[in-house]
Amino acid sequence: MSDLFRVENLSKSFGGLAVSRDISLSMAAGERLALIGPNGAGKTTFVNLVTGQLKPGAGRVILGGEDVTQLGAVRRVRKGLVRTFQVTRLFSELTPEEHVTLTVLQREGKASRILSRFRGNSGVADEVHDILGALGLLEVARRKVGQIAYGQQRLLEIAIALALKPKVLLLDEPAAGVPSVDTPRIEQALERLPSSLAVLMIEHDMDLVFRFAKRVVVLAAGEIIFEGAPSEVAADPKVREAYLGNYAHARSVA
Amino acid sequence: MQTLVQTGAVTKVHSVRRPWLRDVIGILAIVIAGAVGYWLFPDNLALLTRIIAVALLVLSIDLIVGYCGVATLGQAALFGAGAYAAGIACVNGVTEPMTLIAIGGTAGAVAGLLMGTIMLRAHGLAQLVLSIAIVQLFHEAANKASSITGGSDGLAGLMISPLFGIFEFDLWGKTAYLMGLALLLLVFIALKFVVSSPFGMLCRGIKQDPLRIRAMGAFVFPVLLKMFVISGAVAGMGGALAAISTQVVGLDSVSFELSANALVMLVLGGLGTLYGALIGTVIFMGFEHVVSSINPFHWMTMVGALLIAVVLAAPGGLSSLVEKVRGEKA
Repeated sequence: MSDLFRVENLSKSFGGLAVSRDISLSMAAGERLALIGPNGAGKTTFVNLVTGQLKPGAGRVILGGEDVTQLGAVRRVRKGLVRTFQVTRLFSELTPEEHVTLTVLQREGKASRILSRFRGNSGVADEVHDILGALGLLEVARRKVGQIAYGQQRLLEIAIALALKPKVLLLDEPAAGVPSVDTPRIEQALERLPSSLAVLMIEHDMDLVFRFAKRVVVLAAGEIIFEGAPSEVAADPKVREAYLGNYAHARSVA
Repeated sequence: MQTLVQTGAVTKVHSVRRPWLRDVIGILAIVIAGAVGYWLFPDNLALLTRIIAVALLVLSIDLIVGYCGVATLGQAALFGAGAYAAGIACVNGVTEPMTLIAIGGTAGAVAGLLMGTIMLRAHGLAQLVLSIAIVQLFHEAANKASSITGGSDGLAGLMISPLFGIFEFDLWGKTAYLMGLALLLLVFIALKFVVSSPFGMLCRGIKQDPLRIRAMGAFVFPVLLKMFVISGAVAGMGGALAAISTQVVGLDSVSFELSANALVMLVLGGLGTLYGALIGTVIFMGFEHVVSSINPFHWMTMVGALLIAVVLAAPGGLSSLVEKVRGEKA
């Protein structure tokens, strides 16, 4: 298989409750995939399993032909498997420029250097400028993150992810909590993501999903109940049932 | 860099140059304060040297607590390691003061490596408890190994050679004070570079959200351990300075009490600026000295009252008051 990224039979239980059941999916380079599902369907758990924040009970995660299931979260990031967070996790006392600079330095293996200045590298500064510019964040580049708008914080989450030069990007509800006037900016940023990048987006906003993704996967009670084109998803009886709530209560493991 | 400045010109260009200028002013202020202390209190140079030694300890705590967010109540273990290493080396014939400082720094760094390795396995309250356990163990070790440490009598009679072979360690403590002041300045400048390096920024990130740092692809443990080693070296040099200036090393230098007091000084001055560590130490020890001579029975009450007043009036510490005044002017 020439898939860039593949998940095979991924399962996870908390106590007796199965939160991920036998999930398998694969993505090619450049693909845009949306993962949707009702609340509690296990979407964020799935992201945590894929990125290594959680250890799966069974199954494998394969990136570029290499099994990364046994690797920790940090090593997976270094291999190009990068995520954003549903609730922004940013350093409120630091500026966007400092966030992205730190990320670029980390990617280049220079982040733990003591004998150099944080802003001393002009190559890094140029790259940071480009990344912030592409996301429209230059105006707030030197403001503390705690003082910038939430929509800009979400864009910064994406900027940090891009600064890691990922192969696979997992976006956990990139537009959640953003005022509707600002969603076009998020959407624009999503459209401009590098074309070689495989992007898996979790999102509740169905309009955004339909415009962004070529393929949709629906998760309910921890398992995949639908996989196909966005145009077919609304008509699928299983999906309709799941969103009406019959699937919303996770069944316990037999 | 220039491009960013151009585009961000509307927002906050002055924040680009300020830190550099501010640090030069800050370092000049330390030099002036040190010189003023020398001329104003020639009879109290021993106390001032003690303040410098403790200031190094408080700086070392700021590195861990203020920059990395790891709480510790056992930092005197590293201070004491430096003090005893210098003291033991001295009674065994190494009497050159700069060498003794280096020995103290090395011993502190090794102790920091050990302490960090143990403490960083835990988090939160458990981590704090571990730090207390470690300083108690160091204390007991120093107490029991009396054949080399002098036990509860302390390690006395250190004979220090003249500094650079010229400057004798006189009865008034002039040489010790000036050497201590120079050491503090060098350490302070070095630490300013450390905290403004990529490594320093990484530490600040870890303090706020270690999970975020991991999601950026950076390991947390080695970064924190590195800071423990640096912190240990600073505390160890402070311990060695104390040993050289008083020519005695006692069990109080590895005590829980010193650890706790030093943390209080840091909170008093303010965390995460390095200046706060110096301000807090000078105010706390100065106040303690003055009040205890005025009223030897109730001075602890007054120190307590001062602490409550400061914490309520300026939760960010005394150095945050300076920032506030600056902010209003700007």
